[in-house]
Amino acid sequence: MINIIFWFFVIMTIAAALTVVLSKNLIYAAVALLVTFIGVAAMYVFLWADFMVGIQVMIYIGGILILLLFGIMLTTKITSVRISHTNVQRGVGALIVTAIFIGLVWMINISPWLQNISQEPQQTVHSIGTLLMTDFLLPFEVVSVLLLGALIGAAVLARKES
Amino acid sequence: MDILQVYLTLAAILFSLGLFAIITRRNAIAVLMGIELILNAANLNFIAFARFGGMNFSGHIFALFVIVLAAAEVAVALAIIINLYQNFNSINVDEAQQLKQ
Repeated sequence: MINIIFWFFVIMTIAAALTVVLSKNLIYAAVALLVTFIGVAAMYVFLWADFMVGIQVMIYIGGILILLLFGIMLTTKITSVRISHTNVQRGVGALIVTAIFIGLVWMINISPWLQNISQEPQQTVHSIGTLLMTDFLLPFEVVSVLLLGALIGAAVLARKES
Repeated sequence: MDILQVYLTLAAILFSLGLFAIITRRNAIAVLMGIELILNAANLNFIAFARFGGMNFSGHIFALFVIVLAAAEVAVALAIIINLYQNFNSINVDEAQQLKQ
């Protein structure tokens, strides 16, 4: 049963990602991106990362995707300009990407991965919080400054000059 | 599903598709979507290695930072794209060759 659910989510993720890449309608691509994010969140569930599932759903689906949808709606006139946007140079792109993908899969299959199967942890939030406040305190603070910079930068850039 | 290679292969597929979007898409927002796919593939790798490396939580922290950076990147990129649209009335990345009119 759990295997069926796992493979269902894998296939759903791949199909949605294909739609993101190939769809001519940008709104469809954005909705397919939502399904892809949900599929990746489901993969996190199978990888015992429950806190990351929450973060993925809140920030990616609740934040980034909404921003992208706003971007689509602010930059395309639905009534006058065509909303569809096709791809260019599909053949060359597919060739390069397939070569890279085959190389990646070959590398994944010949490498002797260390698989250290451990017990499922009781909780993950406690460990993540402890690590953030001890080993990763400096990156944590630097990232907060970066977020402030991105906030001000985005506001200044998007503002209309009067 | 207790095999590391399955997750790595799925991440490789997401990475390849994101790269394809970046190479072939003409719309700047669709290119951004490709970048998001690539960042998700990286996150999936981080968390898969965290799980199969003896439940090491450093991988989760790295994925957390990647998500934060993705949010900042999307906000600034969309601000730039909206500016581009106001100046050129188009967000085709092939046509955008100057920052000023």
